[in-house]
Amino acid sequence: MTSTQQRASSLSHADQPENETTAPQHKRLGALTEADLADLDTHPALVIDHLSKRFVKTGGRSLWRDLFAWLRRHAKGESGSATADHKSERRIVRAIDDVSLSVRRREIYGVLGSNGSGKSTLIRVISTLLLPDEGRVEVFGHDVVREERVTQRLINRVSVEAAFFRKLSPMENLLYSSRLYGVPAGEARELINTTLMRLGIKPDRINQPLESMSRGMQQKVAIARAFLTAPVLLLLDEPTTGLDPRSKQNVQVFIRELRDTHDATILLTTHDMDEADALCDRIAIIDGGRIVVEGTPDELKALVGRKLGLDHPATLTEAFMAYTGRDWESDEPEDDDNDEEWK
Amino acid sequence: MLQSGRAGRTPSSGEDGALASLSAGAARMWRAFASELYKSYAFIERNWYLTKRYWGWEIVWLAYNIINALSVTFIAASAQKTVPGLHFTQAQINQFVLYLTIGTAIWSYVSTVFDGVTETVTIERWEGTIEYTFMAPVSRITHLVGACVFALIHGFVLTVIQLLVMSLFFHLDLSRADWLAALIIMVVGSISLIGIGAISAVLPMLFTERGSQMAFIIRAALLLVSGVYYPISVLPGWLQPFAYISPVTYLLDGLRMSIQSGSNTIQLWYDIWPLLVCGIISIPLGMSIFGVAERYAKRTGKLKRNG
Repeated sequence: MTSTQQRASSLSHADQPENETTAPQHKRLGALTEADLADLDTHPALVIDHLSKRFVKTGGRSLWRDLFAWLRRHAKGESGSATADHKSERRIVRAIDDVSLSVRRREIYGVLGSNGSGKSTLIRVISTLLLPDEGRVEVFGHDVVREERVTQRLINRVSVEAAFFRKLSPMENLLYSSRLYGVPAGEARELINTTLMRLGIKPDRINQPLESMSRGMQQKVAIARAFLTAPVLLLLDEPTTGLDPRSKQNVQVFIRELRDTHDATILLTTHDMDEADALCDRIAIIDGGRIVVEGTPDELKALVGRKLGLDHPATLTEAFMAYTGRDWESDEPEDDDNDEEWK
Repeated sequence: MLQSGRAGRTPSSGEDGALASLSAGAARMWRAFASELYKSYAFIERNWYLTKRYWGWEIVWLAYNIINALSVTFIAASAQKTVPGLHFTQAQINQFVLYLTIGTAIWSYVSTVFDGVTETVTIERWEGTIEYTFMAPVSRITHLVGACVFALIHGFVLTVIQLLVMSLFFHLDLSRADWLAALIIMVVGSISLIGIGAISAVLPMLFTERGSQMAFIIRAALLLVSGVYYPISVLPGWLQPFAYISPVTYLLDGLRMSIQSGSNTIQLWYDIWPLLVCGIISIPLGMSIFGVAERYAKRTGKLKRNG
């Protein structure tokens, strides 16, 4: 049985009731080596240890600004960091402030936070797209900075924006992505067809430009992209934001399936409290770049219920409000979408 | 009886082990190399798909290059009429036409290659895929090699089409051309462009909004100093040293020598070695600068989509 057939076979298991899912197996393609697989059994999926990331909001061309500031300081014979040069325009913000957490293998771990709380920054550091200022991040025992390439083989990501080459079809986009992870083209084509159909995308749309597809369908293609590379740690950054209820449910079923039949560990950031409650084994609430509480959904709800003097557990929304002290919808835009420059 | 020579020696088990280990090491290296080649092809294939989907832009770009080349080359065709009192033979005019035809063709080629390499970052940022490409387990050398190979093939095809159209308008005297030498100088010259292309690709990574426009400055500087439309000897003295560090100068000179004068590969050595040196220096330098810039982008958060 080829690995593609194994995957196609395991996909059909998703149609079974949840309690009949197959035992986790190693069904891996492309990027992973035998050494990578061996690491899965000996290390936690994700360890974040005292991670901090600061950024400087400059509102302008920071490279020039940094260069001129550096020249000015050296002309004056001063030394030290750029912080000595702050004028009114420079504002240092701690996007992630001394965050530590550990995620076990095959766990769905939720990170809840309002916009701008540092969720996306956390995901981008784990994705090797941002270098931490302090602390370390390990994926299955591999440091994301020092062992960047190994880490990249182990992870993939679905973000709130389904980022694709819009003129290209799902097949062309996914073939490109599969090749980057070393999945053989023939195997990838078969798997792309199977996966997209499994996610409800009709065969006649697979070769049409993505720009003609709805946002929900594009997001499904984004999930297929992550699935194709067989990540052992999947980073889901608000994957269902903006989707209609049916698409949202499809995606949630697929997330469970990834964990149950494909041995994936999932780090999920979301605004959707019901989604977090339904999917996550454990949850961390992050506020102002710091983790303010961590536990299972039931633990958090019971804790807040007791704090509020209720005779029943609180809802997760109430727990969120209690720990963040405000409504997430009224907060600042997320850091990815503003014009801030990272230090 | 003494046995002498290697033929009589039986390898010990230690040597067997060393050979097996060496062989396994070589096999691993080959697998790694083949894997990187395969990943490199991802960028070639993707750019081909994009070229097909944006075919309208291809036609616009080709038409622009052809019209530009015709406009410049007509200057040579009209030399007799634009410089009163001077008389050129038809053969001299044909040589001037060929001189400018080669200049315009190579400039189109260089422009296409530079655009292709610079867009390595620009198009990813524009489409929003930059984070996904940069978090994939692909070395930046593999990434840039894929982008460069497609850019070179793309540039070559467009330039050949441009030359075919030019040949409909002008009599191009190619009777003395040494095509093998021309091909060799093209290959060597193309390699030398990759490093400069990689350096220019850094600009869109660091300057998210204006990087592409800034890369035009590098191209414009090459156009000025490389003798595309005129010999570098007409440049002011202070500009001429820049001509000597531009690989396009040697590429153009070598091509003109091989096509117009029929110089063979050995005679072109004075153009080939500077191109080789340029490639040997600029490719590792370009890759290193790209690596440093990528690290800076990861530290400052610039490695993200627009908007």
